[in-house]
Amino acid sequence: MNLRKVVPLLLYILFLLVPIYWLVNMSFKTNGEILGGLSLWPQDFTLANYKVIFTDESWYSGYINSLYYVCLNTVISLTVALPAAYAFSRYRFLGDKHLFFWLLTNRMAPPAVFLLPFFQLYSSIGLFDTHIAVALAHCLFNVPLAVWILEGFISGVPKEIDETAYIDGYSFPKFFVKIFIPLIGSGIGVTAFFCFMFSWVELLLARTLTSVNAKPIAAVMTRTVSASGIDWGVLAAAGVLTILPGMLVIWFVRNHVVKGFALGRV
Amino acid sequence: MAEIRLQNLAHSYSKQPGGPEDYAIREMTHVWHQGGAYALLGPSGCGKSTLLNIISGLLSPSEGQVWFDDKVVNDLTPEKRNIAQVFQFPVVYDTMTVFDNLAFPLRNQGVDEARVRTKVNEIAEVLDLQQLLKKKASNLTADEKQKVSMGRGLVRDDVSAILFDEPLTVIDPHLKWKLRRKLKQIHEQFNITMVYVTHDQLEASTFADKIAVMYGGQIVQFGTPRELFEKPLHTFVGYFIGSPGMNLIDVQPQAGGVGFADVHLPLPEAMQATLAATPWKTLKIGIRPEFVHVWDAPFDEAMCADVTHVEDLGTYKILTLDLSGQKLKVRLQEDKPVPEGKAWISFPGQWLMLYADDYLLESGHE
Amino acid sequence: MNKVHNNKAWWLVLPVFLLVAFSAIVPMMTVVNYSVQDIFDQSSRYFVGADWFRQVLRDPRLHDSLLRQFIYSACVLLIEIPLGIAVALCMPTKGRWSTVCLILMTIPLLIPWNVVGTIWQIFGRGDIGLLGWTLNKLGISYNYASNSADAWVTVLVMDVWHWTSLVAMLSYSGLRAIPDVYYQAARIDQASAWAIFRHIQLPKMKSVLLIAVMLRFMDSFMIYTEPFVLTGGGPGNSTTFLSQTLTTMALGQFDLGPAAAFSLVYFLIILLVSWLFYTAMTHGDKN
Repeated sequence: MNLRKVVPLLLYILFLLVPIYWLVNMSFKTNGEILGGLSLWPQDFTLANYKVIFTDESWYSGYINSLYYVCLNTVISLTVALPAAYAFSRYRFLGDKHLFFWLLTNRMAPPAVFLLPFFQLYSSIGLFDTHIAVALAHCLFNVPLAVWILEGFISGVPKEIDETAYIDGYSFPKFFVKIFIPLIGSGIGVTAFFCFMFSWVELLLARTLTSVNAKPIAAVMTRTVSASGIDWGVLAAAGVLTILPGMLVIWFVRNHVVKGFALGRV
Repeated sequence: MAEIRLQNLAHSYSKQPGGPEDYAIREMTHVWHQGGAYALLGPSGCGKSTLLNIISGLLSPSEGQVWFDDKVVNDLTPEKRNIAQVFQFPVVYDTMTVFDNLAFPLRNQGVDEARVRTKVNEIAEVLDLQQLLKKKASNLTADEKQKVSMGRGLVRDDVSAILFDEPLTVIDPHLKWKLRRKLKQIHEQFNITMVYVTHDQLEASTFADKIAVMYGGQIVQFGTPRELFEKPLHTFVGYFIGSPGMNLIDVQPQAGGVGFADVHLPLPEAMQATLAATPWKTLKIGIRPEFVHVWDAPFDEAMCADVTHVEDLGTYKILTLDLSGQKLKVRLQEDKPVPEGKAWISFPGQWLMLYADDYLLESGHE
Repeated sequence: MNKVHNNKAWWLVLPVFLLVAFSAIVPMMTVVNYSVQDIFDQSSRYFVGADWFRQVLRDPRLHDSLLRQFIYSACVLLIEIPLGIAVALCMPTKGRWSTVCLILMTIPLLIPWNVVGTIWQIFGRGDIGLLGWTLNKLGISYNYASNSADAWVTVLVMDVWHWTSLVAMLSYSGLRAIPDVYYQAARIDQASAWAIFRHIQLPKMKSVLLIAVMLRFMDSFMIYTEPFVLTGGGPGNSTTFLSQTLTTMALGQFDLGPAAAFSLVYFLIILLVSWLFYTAMTHGDKN
């Protein structure tokens, strides 16, 4: 155990965890206790804040909406990115380098630039305030990322495997689903993780394209802030609950992500 | 440093070794003398790289001591031992020029620049690297990179031993012999102890004065290439050295010698006595294909074998014979007649080796 | 990999192309359209050529915002890249603890950006936040709502807290890809830890660091939510960055023309600087 390494690392992790702890701490206090004075842990432990969120529809619907469009986005991104990444990895075709580069430049576009055009576009096709609108809008950033990550993993699988499958008589779809996808399992895990991450955390587009039906939790929380009396306890509880899905996702894909790091391509 | 001694050395990669199979290196005691050119020869997985890493300090042995002269160096880090190591995979510092690569160890020691320049130029000349000195190390070919790696080992004044871990593996075949010759030249010029690990017996015998053959975590024989050839102390040495390797046949003791199937091989009295006095579980005789005597004409006192296969390799031929159910290979000189159908052979006493539990049995009068 | 030339591969790429084109090209055309027109309402619009561009490029509000944005991104890169590398160097190389570290470090990355803002908004307050309260107790006057310097520091610390882990994880993956034999050779060559870092680790992390620098530059240059929730752009407009300025112009004031023109300029700046970074960091490989 090298102390020169362990101490700074511990300090860094502490730095990361303390503000989160503070939020958790606040979520279990009543507003009275919060505003009354500073305490390092709840003197008067209460679950009332969480109760509000689980019983008030305007709160919990926010979570459901967010989860819904994030999952939609991940599924759509993966579904379209997989064949494309395969094509980029295995084939040369007309304009391939330019297409790849163009995809990556979309990642460089400021979301603020797209607010108004997206608003008008989705309104005009009647998709305003739907989950699919947000899912599609997020594809602008997630699909290029997914293609890029998957292309790296797919290139790590030797072409000989494809050729062997064809010799063995597999048709392309069957080969892709039954043989290829299991081989890049950790790659898909890593990609799903990143798609989830970028879609779950994004606020600007999600808020602009929704109003009531598909309002994400982020919008619910920010609306609360602009109200006159800030309900700190409930706000903190809402915040804590937004961290949980992320932690669950890391937990589920942890082995894939670690393996993905080991392959050096993340 | 006059010698490197490995005393009761053993190493296991597991924390609690159960039995001999958990040991990468089984207990051994061995001395490497100053200035020698040694090869460490053995098949993959026999513990050669482990042994090398223990000598250089990259690995700490789980049992036993490593002595440099009269000092135990087990706890000495590689940085403090004056040993250089060249790896299988050429390691160069990509961002630096060849000159800076060679200068690196000296600069780390704080040597002044004038001395660094002298030394680097000297080594560059020895290794034919002068033209490349200004070039960036990342743009070199594999053999040039390997030469730079070797150079880094040679450039230090205080280095008394250089260890090579299969350094020619990535080199093109036609460049291998050039580098091998270069190594031999360097050895003669600098009189440094060199230990060269390889699984290629040809490489070992052309490079080294003495070869240590490793098998199953132990050095089973340490001798000149000729000694290894003429008198293998272990069946593995017999099998590994020579092409093809030694013929080994399981035998049982019989009156007056040993035998198998319907073949009787007489042994001198002294040998019979040694055999009787030695406990054993397996008994083998060994004879090299080169030493099997083939009679030109049928001879009553000789053994009769069936010729199953003849391979013509230009200057010599390899015959595969069947001697009462046992396969034998015999090497026949170009000018000798090739027997057809049946061959009459005998095993000259001086070349017939007897192995009990894979170790050579020697009678007292050797 | 030996790629086969086959234009039928376009069928595989078509879904991606259509999807991204729909999300990118159609809106982009709208933006370009607006940038050259003066729009009063749905039915009256006039072509004004490059007028909006001229106006936008001379707008002092935008100049200020742009300057603030560059300073912000520069600070972010100067802090997060070295810090991320340092954290990666301190992490265990394998085993259970490395997984635990990675998981813990990932948590800030998965928090919705508005919650990040909320966490620090609370954390920095003098009355209910641990940080604010502690600083005030120590006698340091700290109020991010009224003091510009305090606001800047808080926004920066928040970004460091939020994103350094990404740099650390990318650096970590780069470090793991270095074969052991390089470290062994360096030990034999009696290299110091600094020499090992400078000559082995840093050069071999180059491609990963390029990704980290570009990602952090792009994302910090586009930042909106976190500072907006934390300070609202204040006090005054001391922490108002480009995206917020643009959003105010487009949605708040409904100045569609100038907003569109500025959007294009914004995008171009990012493209240009990214290209500069990319060229600078890869030119060494051309030798």
